[in-house]
Amino acid sequence: MTRKLPPVDAVIVGLGWTGSILAEALTRAGLNVIAIERGPWRDTSTDFPTTYAQDELRYRIRHELFLRPAQETMTFRNKTSETALPIRHWGSFMPPNGVGGGGVHWNAETWRFLPSDFRLKTHLTERYGNSILPPDMTIQDWGITFDELEPYYDRFEYLCGTSGKAGNLKGAKQANGNPWEGPRSRDYPNPPQRQPYGPTLFAEAAKEMGYSPFPQPSGNLSQAYTNPLGVTLGPCTYCGFCEWFGCGNYSKASPQTTILPVLLRRTNFEARTLCEVLRIDVDGSGKRARGVTYADSSGEMFEQPAELVLLCAFQLFNVHLLLLSGIGKPYDPNTGEGVIGKNYSYQVTSSVDAYFDQKNFNPFVASGSIGMCIDEFNGDNFDHSKLGFVGGGYMGAVQTNGRPLETVRVPKGTPQWGAAWKQAAAKYYLSSYQAVTHGSCYSYRDAYCDLDPTYTDSFGRKLMRITFDFHQNELKMSEYLTDRLAEIVQKMGPHHIDKKPRTGPYTITDYQTTHTCGGAIMGTDPTTSALNHYLQSWDISNLFVMGATAFPQNAGYNPTGTVGALAFWSADAIVNRYLKDPGPLVRS
Amino acid sequence: MQRSALVCILLLFLLLFGIGRARADSDRQDYQQIANGRYLATLGDCTGCHTEPGGKPYAGGLALATPFGKILAPNITPDRETGIGAWSDDDFVNALLNGTGHGGERLYPAMPYPYYTKMSRNEALAIRAYLNTVEPVQHEVHSNQLPFPFNIRTGLLAWDWLFFTPGRFEPTAGQSAEWNRGAYLVQGPGHCGACHTKKNFLGGDETSRALQGGVLQGWFAPNLTGDPRVGLGGWSVDDIVTYLKTGHNRITAATGPMSEVVVDSTSHVLDADLRAIAVYLKSLPEREEAPKSVADSHPSMRAGNAIFADQCAACHAPTGEGIANMFPALKGSSAIQSADPTNLIRIVLQGARSVATDAAPTAPAMPAFDWKLSDAEIAAVVTYIRNNWGNAADPVSESDVRRQRSALAEEEP
Repeated sequence: MTRKLPPVDAVIVGLGWTGSILAEALTRAGLNVIAIERGPWRDTSTDFPTTYAQDELRYRIRHELFLRPAQETMTFRNKTSETALPIRHWGSFMPPNGVGGGGVHWNAETWRFLPSDFRLKTHLTERYGNSILPPDMTIQDWGITFDELEPYYDRFEYLCGTSGKAGNLKGAKQANGNPWEGPRSRDYPNPPQRQPYGPTLFAEAAKEMGYSPFPQPSGNLSQAYTNPLGVTLGPCTYCGFCEWFGCGNYSKASPQTTILPVLLRRTNFEARTLCEVLRIDVDGSGKRARGVTYADSSGEMFEQPAELVLLCAFQLFNVHLLLLSGIGKPYDPNTGEGVIGKNYSYQVTSSVDAYFDQKNFNPFVASGSIGMCIDEFNGDNFDHSKLGFVGGGYMGAVQTNGRPLETVRVPKGTPQWGAAWKQAAAKYYLSSYQAVTHGSCYSYRDAYCDLDPTYTDSFGRKLMRITFDFHQNELKMSEYLTDRLAEIVQKMGPHHIDKKPRTGPYTITDYQTTHTCGGAIMGTDPTTSALNHYLQSWDISNLFVMGATAFPQNAGYNPTGTVGALAFWSADAIVNRYLKDPGPLVRS
Repeated sequence: MQRSALVCILLLFLLLFGIGRARADSDRQDYQQIANGRYLATLGDCTGCHTEPGGKPYAGGLALATPFGKILAPNITPDRETGIGAWSDDDFVNALLNGTGHGGERLYPAMPYPYYTKMSRNEALAIRAYLNTVEPVQHEVHSNQLPFPFNIRTGLLAWDWLFFTPGRFEPTAGQSAEWNRGAYLVQGPGHCGACHTKKNFLGGDETSRALQGGVLQGWFAPNLTGDPRVGLGGWSVDDIVTYLKTGHNRITAATGPMSEVVVDSTSHVLDADLRAIAVYLKSLPEREEAPKSVADSHPSMRAGNAIFADQCAACHAPTGEGIANMFPALKGSSAIQSADPTNLIRIVLQGARSVATDAAPTAPAMPAFDWKLSDAEIAAVVTYIRNNWGNAADPVSESDVRRQRSALAEEEP
């Protein structure tokens, strides 16, 4: 039996970054908002206090903050010819759970995409002609420009208190910032974090080679900061327990440290935790969402009617809910038609490990996004005409942690156990260094999500099936980027390096990043995209879908900056345009 | 005819002396009086005691733990049966200013009439006028839960004779209007001394030690005098105003019972009044002689140093300076150096959440260490922070911590 609840103005599915940003904007506009969150309530002092937050076994190894796969998972296969199997232990990516979502456990690397990233297909074909794109590559323009999004990047950075150094202020290049970034209206709200020895050495080497190293923009705060909502964050203590962990020091930007304290004081906001949304309910016309149906932890089912439905769950679960709710046309890889599940993409990372004599990098002096990077090999910042691939990424020395279980590096060829391993591990704990590349992942006809024909969840719903593999374009890119990175690392003076470019096939079991993207992409044409450029569903005008779900393909950066900017952009459109005249904001 | 004349006379009589009289001197439409009364009720933090958490405003029921037993704050909504709706204005004025309740019974001084007596009759009537406007709530509260012999109210006659001096506030000549306003607010409606002045064995104020700090409900209400080490001498007027307005300032943050005072009362008080309070408090003379700082070589100081670096320095900073509006400073802090270490031990054991206000919504919290640090370790680290960075205060012993650990375990959740 489903109990029907009194209607509200807006229901939000998932209370992470985008849900919090929208809830704040809509409650400020006077709407009654209910956020339904699958996981538990989480707060700094009660859920990740400094007294035990730095527990590597609990959080890193045993995945304390993540969704339990037994509650909900997805099936995976590399190729359409294979049979997908359920993921029973998270590997390649870590679906978040609970209030704050991925904003609790992220490293807080807070990037903007390049202006050319937003008009990728047009840009590449204009510069190189159609032939540079592999025939099965399905990249698209976003339907939004960097300049349109810039004020919203700014909003997100000032919400978070991002620490960084501008490289391009209103078109004027700034020394020591990223010269490749799009023009920004003002500098970061906080100066960069202080750099440890490794990034400092990397920057010196890069500079000597003619590159322009700059501090990675970081949501770990370089100093105490009060954001425009009046919420205060403390300075980062460089504890080195950032990604996989919640921050006990109030110094990593998260919904908890930037928005929720204000939201909790609003009487027109309510959060229902430990409640799983089962579907979006669509009315008979098929053009309007009535609300959502959810189950609470006692198994009771509720229908929550709402004037607006805002899908703010993690990327994979947004796509899953759309598929389960029968909203939009499911994507078919055979015909290339349909939009839900289309253009699933990821991130292509690689590394270079370097081993030194007589150096001490103090790897435990770390923060999630501290580091020095270069952007010469990102996006289309370099000439691709003779390289045989498109795309790129940033690279740099990013000192995220020296955690003893996770970050023990030994040179290739060292035995994997026993006295020789122990000796090498002890020898190199302090004197080895890992530099990384963070590359784009473009979309392809055969990389997509749909409903699995075999496996169901505890509610009897079909699991979502991911079909994904790396393509030659990405693997060539990774090899090229890793080679360039190795040249810089070599200059830092190691006696030995191990290059680790990304190789295929994509494996679902090895952790790479949680940057899964696409599946309900934004665009200008309802036959090739699920959402218009305000992230509004083309089919159901009172449904908006947030997150990296909307990325037509992924750029060579961490996605959260763009996810946050898009949420602010969409919230503005809802408050200033949609509420005044509910209906499609873009005529198809 | 004769009969109707009799009815008229009777009605007139009733109107003059009977039920009509209760309403005679407060005008239910006098917005100015009602607004004034609302502000006075805010200054007096009536809701702090008379509203139960989650309960209807002013409907009473909150248990006040006194050293003599439990008293439930009564229902002061205008409900005629269970509230004060049937009281005359004189009853109300008497209760507020003289500690005499409806029907002449003595009030327990948990009701701070020894402070409210500084208010004028007109102010009391304004509060009454405001309370007349709140929702009448049918909620029976049996206030007197005290054990024998304290449940016998006649004993209070003697108490009043000993400790209660009725009388309006008299300005001090030669002091500024601001200072006098502050003195009135602190001594009168604000009733700061109800917590911040030490009580004698009968629960009366030790007036010779006014506002030098007192213990209640397992918390130490700190010294509010101008003492530079343990009082407000190191705070500027602005620091005090910001603290009362937002619950936070560059030095510390409100937690424990003071959180409620900030939320219900001081954050709604006019800035000019907060300044007056600050000016008055800072003028109060220092009294406490500083003890000698515990030597660095003391074993507690050495252990405390190590524990501090591991457990505390990340937020409170290795320099002990904390982060303004976020993590309280320990260096130079009066809260840290107070003669009574109750709060320090309590906060280390239990953790504490600072107050959230509109102006400072963050409400950062400190986690509990009771499961992580032993009594000896807590004693060492508290002794260390009380005596490092130029701080000076008596050391805290392992048994101090043990006592408080068991006291907290017995506290009602």
